[in-house]
Amino acid sequence: MMSLQSIPIQAYLIVSSALFCIGIWGLLNSRNAVRVLMSIELMLNAVNINLMAFSSYIDNNLIQGQVFTIFVITVAAAEAAVGLAILLSLYRNRVTVDMESFNLLKW
Amino acid sequence: MNIAITTQLICFTILSLVILVGALGIVLLENIVYSAFLLGGVFMSVAGLYLLLNASFVAAAQVLVYVGAVNVLIIFAIMLVNKKEDLKPINDIKSRRIISTSICLTLLSLLIRVDLTNVWSLSSPQNSIGEESTFRIGEHLFSDYLLPFEVASVLLLMAMIGAIVLARRDVMSKDISTGLPVDQELIEKSSEPLLTNKN
Repeated sequence: MMSLQSIPIQAYLIVSSALFCIGIWGLLNSRNAVRVLMSIELMLNAVNINLMAFSSYIDNNLIQGQVFTIFVITVAAAEAAVGLAILLSLYRNRVTVDMESFNLLKW
Repeated sequence: MNIAITTQLICFTILSLVILVGALGIVLLENIVYSAFLLGGVFMSVAGLYLLLNASFVAAAQVLVYVGAVNVLIIFAIMLVNKKEDLKPINDIKSRRIISTSICLTLLSLLIRVDLTNVWSLSSPQNSIGEESTFRIGEHLFSDYLLPFEVASVLLLMAMIGAIVLARRDVMSKDISTGLPVDQELIEKSSEPLLTNKN
């Protein structure tokens, strides 16, 4: 067995893949709209872990991945604010947060 | 950052276990309040992973933005909309669960296969700038990423105004252009205050 110099990049990638798939499962299966937003945050975090791992292992001099991560965090914050505002007005209209009852756009 | 490889491995194992178990708890727990607090734990552990990757600035930004802003916002939203309700049963829930779980597992196996079989051309770790990364991010933000930086500020302003407009409660009673009274049913199921205890 060869001795490790550092943690292999595959470990980070596997953690982020698993986190992304858990996020997709939660997105598809939640009935509560707040949980759907939380699942989206999980998926964004998985992407961020990926970007950071590549930035540290492949591009560790220019670290453009870290700059991208900062932009992703910014957009995620904006998305959470607008998403929760939409959720509040939906709740006022429908008096529920059940995803199955939001079917205005269903054909 | 020079930490012995065993310490790094132990930290990485603990952090990734917390992340994965916490994420499973977020999507599986019945009580949404537990999910929200677990989400905070997952965000903190992700910040720990960033510290392991020599990125102290992004770790601090993660803690500030995600734990300090997004998670608090989610907890506020849960407090505003947390009503005990009996969900209508869906008739084909079992087939839905099976299909979505198989899709997720297939995607997971594909991703893990790509992770493990691809040959990554890693650069040598001697080039690592380590703690210099904060300076480097600042240089990037004010030179080659200046336009995205400014666009991000406009985006945040737009999101703030949009959130205020969407979440505010008072609605105009007259149509601005015609002067006719507005059909309130279209806008809002009114006369039920939001903050009453209706458990």
